Amino acid sequence: MAQAFCGLYIQRMITELGHFALILAFLVAIVQSVVPLIGAAKRWTGWMAFAEPAAISQFLLTAFSFAALVWAFTTSDFSLRIVVENSHSLKPMLYKVSGTWGNHEGSMLLWVLIVTIFGAMAAVFGGGLPPTLKARVLAIQGAIGVAFFAFILFTSNPFDRLAVPPFDGRDLNPLLQDPGLAFHPPFLYLGYVGLSMAFSFAVAALIEGRVDAAWGRWVRPWTLAAWVFLTIGIALGSWWAYYELGWGGFWFWDPVENASFMPWLLAAALLHSAIVVEKREALKSWTILLAIIAFGFSLIGTFIVRSGLLTSVHAFANDPERGVFILLIMVVFIGGALTLFAARAQAMEAKGVFGMVSRESALILNNVLLAVSCFVVFFGTMWPMVAEMAFDRKLSVGPPFFNAAFTPFMVALGIALPVGAMLPWKRGRLGRAAWSLRYAFILAVALAVLVWVMQTGRSALGPIGLFLGAWITFGALVDLWSRTGRSGSIARLFRLPGADWGKAVAHTGLGVTMFAVAGLTAWEVEDIRVAQPGQPFEVGQFTLTLQDVRRVQGPNYYSTMADIGVRKNGQEITTLHPEKREYPVAQMPTTEAAIDYRFLRDLYVVIGDQQSDGGWVVRTYIKPLANWIWAGCILMALGGALSLSDRRFRVAAGAQKSSKSGVPAE
Amino acid sequence: MKRLVLIVLLLASPALAVQPDEILDDPALEARARDLSTGLRCLVCRNESIDESNAELARDLRILLRERLVAGDTDQEAVDFIVARYGEYVLLKPTTSGANILLWLAGPAMLLIAGAVGFAFVSKRARSQKADTADRLTKEEQDRLRQILED
Repeated sequence: MAQAFCGLYIQRMITELGHFALILAFLVAIVQSVVPLIGAAKRWTGWMAFAEPAAISQFLLTAFSFAALVWAFTTSDFSLRIVVENSHSLKPMLYKVSGTWGNHEGSMLLWVLIVTIFGAMAAVFGGGLPPTLKARVLAIQGAIGVAFFAFILFTSNPFDRLAVPPFDGRDLNPLLQDPGLAFHPPFLYLGYVGLSMAFSFAVAALIEGRVDAAWGRWVRPWTLAAWVFLTIGIALGSWWAYYELGWGGFWFWDPVENASFMPWLLAAALLHSAIVVEKREALKSWTILLAIIAFGFSLIGTFIVRSGLLTSVHAFANDPERGVFILLIMVVFIGGALTLFAARAQAMEAKGVFGMVSRESALILNNVLLAVSCFVVFFGTMWPMVAEMAFDRKLSVGPPFFNAAFTPFMVALGIALPVGAMLPWKRGRLGRAAWSLRYAFILAVALAVLVWVMQTGRSALGPIGLFLGAWITFGALVDLWSRTGRSGSIARLFRLPGADWGKAVAHTGLGVTMFAVAGLTAWEVEDIRVAQPGQPFEVGQFTLTLQDVRRVQGPNYYSTMADIGVRKNGQEITTLHPEKREYPVAQMPTTEAAIDYRFLRDLYVVIGDQQSDGGWVVRTYIKPLANWIWAGCILMALGGALSLSDRRFRVAAGAQKSSKSGVPAE
Repeated sequence: MKRLVLIVLLLASPALAVQPDEILDDPALEARARDLSTGLRCLVCRNESIDESNAELARDLRILLRERLVAGDTDQEAVDFIVARYGEYVLLKPTTSGANILLWLAGPAMLLIAGAVGFAFVSKRARSQKADTADRLTKEEQDRLRQILED
């Protein structure tokens, strides 16, 4: 008895310490956002140096606070309100942990934890940065922390207690009890918040009044990392939707999805324009602006998801506190940064000159297409709200709009990409770049024509996607080959810098994803029927037989599970087990599709209701190239990681350190 | 977190999207119905078409749409019939009428503006490059350069 009491006491104690650590981190962040800024302005070394230990201790405190919350979830401390609302003692351990961020309060704590992780990383690894720039970057990162600590503590405190703890919790939404979705928010947040580093660097540079090649080199790894995390996060979410929601859709143009897609598009634009700053000292003010806007879209994304404004104007009006707070954060940070930009951008003189046809102008085209496509997504996402408020029209903007308005930009991007990637810096010739790609082009066209002839009469979407995918992929190969001096030497190929490999791999990934999206959309086969047990039916080249339907009990759910035998050419290839589950605590049914994953296609089977004649509704889809969508995303992320591993980033940091350029003249 | 609201709304009806008993015998008519229903919104859902939705109301709309098509409506007539009853909120692809023209033109207009700004920027740079190369080496300097190289 005494022992149990003692255990409970320790548990409560840890939760209380977590709350206390969060308040301390808030205070540290306040000091961190002020002292180094003053130090940098007055050139007081001690005050500037304060930023480093502050950033690290802010991180440690927040990490402790987060760990305390995870502890509360894993030990099912039902005296905490959010644990009661989102957990259950019988829930599997993985989902107890992921339940920590499967709710508003916990996810905001994760958000701010990542802000402090990035701040601490900049403090630890930013050795090569000039002291004033470093102090300012960390101060601004601290200020972002202040805003979100205040948001958490004043509007969304995860450590809220219940006076009378209930015996058990209400369970996490069963749709979220899934490995894909368990890790979807952390990656997404790493991406969103990673862009805060680009923002901090941009604002610090504006305060310094100096942007040079070194700045481009410092800001690019953070942007690359953010983009890689966003890519993984979006891919995980899309993959989850594919297998969990029961009809194999992978992208819905939902406002919440768009909220993550817009920063991704802008981060892609930013990491390309930062190359121009780094290599050619041009596009400086545009890159700064893009860094500010990209983080702005991260905040907009958080606002959209957290305020509920886009779901319903009324939901927002009923509980406006949180939404208004985030809106305020957005106005202060983005408005402030843009004002600073307006005042200082003129000071940034561009140095590098380049011709009409050059790598620089190709990257400008890349930025135009990515930024405008982001604008289209933004306009379409906000339009229903604008139309309702300004024109009193209640309307929808759904997938057909986005498919029509957004896709052309991606097609244009896909066509231009291989040529632009081959152009030399400063001045090139379009004819020469195009000529070096002739085999890639011919091969891509030949493949597309071949498939178009074979598919007879289906939409041209598949062949067009195949052309784009093949054109980008072969273009990337030609690019790699020409980087080895057209020698084809394997040794030289492997000595290429990480950035070259990253570029080729990431571009190939984009091509693969484009092809897969087009192919899946164009060539999907669907079959809906009432299947009688024991009677085989045909879908495409497969013969399916509903063998049995059973009742099964899981750890926290009941399931109706079917056994469906699949044959191809008379041979049994697999048995699939689609399920319908009911979660009694959360009082929610889910469908669990059974998927036979293969290289070229997925076979996707869903079980529905039993009919009065004893048969069951069975839906079967043949989804060609489904895995390629996420394989392409993995390639893109891998390309980003390869680029990040380029030793030139580290060499640059080291060189700066040894040359000790010290305090920049202002 | 995606679409949870909608799924919460659907708790009462675990049935899935298009049901076998809804499917029309005429495959051409059914194909038209499927095509049209991907463009019509399930009114109680969040950003989901009646073709994908599990909601009862979506099922009613699917059946209504099929009835209109069987009765001989053209695609446009069938959609107009539903819009007349449920308002333009039901259209996932907004019309181009009135202020909506802004929505459709926003992308192309922005592309033109961004393209023009980008082009102006690049051509300014290109001109300054020409000026740059022109005054980089005078005749005198070229002679000196040649001299140095020969030494």
